Amino acid sequence: MFRQAIEVLGDFGLMLYRALAAIHESLVGGRGSRIGRANLWWQMNRVGISSIPIVCLVLFCIGAILELQMAKPLANFGVVPLTADIVSLATFRELGPLVSAVVLTGFGGAAIAAELGTMVVGEEIEALEAQAIDPIRFLVVPRVLATIIMLVCLTVLGDLVAVFGGMTVGFFWLGIGVRQYLAHSREMLHVQDFVTGLIKAGVFGLLISSIACFMGLRVKGGAEGVGLATSRTVVYTIVALILVDLLFTSAFFYLGF
Amino acid sequence: MDDPVIAIKNITKRFGDRVIFDRLSLDIYPGQTLVIMGGSGSGKSTLLRAMMGQVPLDGGEIIAGGRSIGSMTEPQLMDWRKSVGFLFQSGALFNSMTVADNLALTMREHSDLAESTIQIMVKIYLQMVGLRQHLNKMPAELSGGMKKRAGLARALMMQPQIFFYDEPTAGLDPVSSAQIDTLISDLHRKLRFTSVVVTHEIKSAFRVADRMALLHNGKFVVVGAPDEFRSSKDPLIRQFIDGLSVGPLSDPRGHEDYEKDILQLG
Ligand SMILES: Nc1ncnc2c1ncn2[C@@H]1O[C@H](COP(=O)(O)OP(=O)(O)OP(=O)(O)O)[C@@H](O)[C@H]1O
Ligand SMILES: [Mg+2]
Repeated sequence: MFRQAIEVLGDFGLMLYRALAAIHESLVGGRGSRIGRANLWWQMNRVGISSIPIVCLVLFCIGAILELQMAKPLANFGVVPLTADIVSLATFRELGPLVSAVVLTGFGGAAIAAELGTMVVGEEIEALEAQAIDPIRFLVVPRVLATIIMLVCLTVLGDLVAVFGGMTVGFFWLGIGVRQYLAHSREMLHVQDFVTGLIKAGVFGLLISSIACFMGLRVKGGAEGVGLATSRTVVYTIVALILVDLLFTSAFFYLGF
Repeated sequence: MDDPVIAIKNITKRFGDRVIFDRLSLDIYPGQTLVIMGGSGSGKSTLLRAMMGQVPLDGGEIIAGGRSIGSMTEPQLMDWRKSVGFLFQSGALFNSMTVADNLALTMREHSDLAESTIQIMVKIYLQMVGLRQHLNKMPAELSGGMKKRAGLARALMMQPQIFFYDEPTAGLDPVSSAQIDTLISDLHRKLRFTSVVVTHEIKSAFRVADRMALLHNGKFVVVGAPDEFRSSKDPLIRQFIDGLSVGPLSDPRGHEDYEKDILQLG
């Protein structure tokens, strides 16, 4: 059991290494190493665009919820407008990237695992190999790149929407003016809050797509195996996201970012 | 005789407890069409995959183009795979692409040909297998036989010198089968392809074969010319050719414990 887990992690590391090497190689160039812009674009559309409305909806609500939750305790000190500071900081550093990543896990990650799993079952992966096309370069790399790019974009969008959500609640229910709210946000937020959030988003994107590809390519045993891999992908990814988030947050904390 | 293109040397392969290859050896010579026959599950598809370097062996080696497949570097293995056309048992088309894109993919990946040239080639090869009018269909819209023919056209796009066919005619009507067989023999005669054909169908086997081999229990029990097969008295071959249900090839079904098993007396 323990040995098996180590082996699986080793395989995962190997795939990740090969994917990163392929990305590096595609940047350096040479025939047979290109990944194809059209392919990348298509993947970005597929992975990202469909999750935009959900990310917006969820992060709007989270901003609003956080605003309401914080209003009571801060009202006791008579500093209700400070809710703006809290909402902004929490979303930019933490909730923006994390919640966007969770939404994308459900959309993109599950879809990638199911798609690659189905390709395994249909002998498509073997057919690729038989045609001397590396599945890592051809399938994994565009999905990884597309997910990273899309998640970073989604996070920027999500951050803004969450603050907008908080602001809406603040304006209508707590009597905080829009100008006042934005002033508080702007005063609170520093470049590194934004940047650390985006770094996290990039890492989360890598995590989501590589776990999904890994699980998809390991599918065994028909349609049932595809279903299993898909649901496991979602669970494993969310656990991995939280663990890596903790790791990064502590690292940023100690480094003083 | 020339040096073999592929030399299978004493290979063994197990899946769990099941021995699929038991010190199996065979030489495949240039320009020859070798037909491999054998019961379902005897390891024919696995053998073709092993020759593509897709199945790690437990023992022995397969020499291709003078090198052992197991010890090839990544680029050497890629070159070997590029020189082989592989028709999968299921066709194995890429389901997310149109038929035309399925064919075009290898050329787009491995050559610098202009897109217009690739499109012309796609049409030529689809015409060869009679699917030109289905160019823009998705694989899901094709019948099983059409998928297989599209798979054949796709493998031909690479212009290989060596061709592996995994049951090219299984599930096809007699006319399409005959057409595929003709195509295989034409490729072989006109273009001097080296082919390995896995098939269950005796008729098509005799139509295309220069040499035949029967895989059974991890070994080639007989290897020889079609005439030797036809006139052979070997009970194994006779059972296969005549399609008898009882004989040495039949599954050991274990009739002895069947009743007990059913009635749970044991
Ligand atoms: N990856 C694998 N893991 C475990 N067992 C496998 C694997 N691949 C094949 N086998 C087993 O090896 C045996 C041979 O399989 P193979 O597909 O080569 O048979 P085949 O001769 O092509 O049969 P058919 O004529 O039905 O296509 C089967 O019993 C199969 O269950
Ligand atoms: Mg088979």
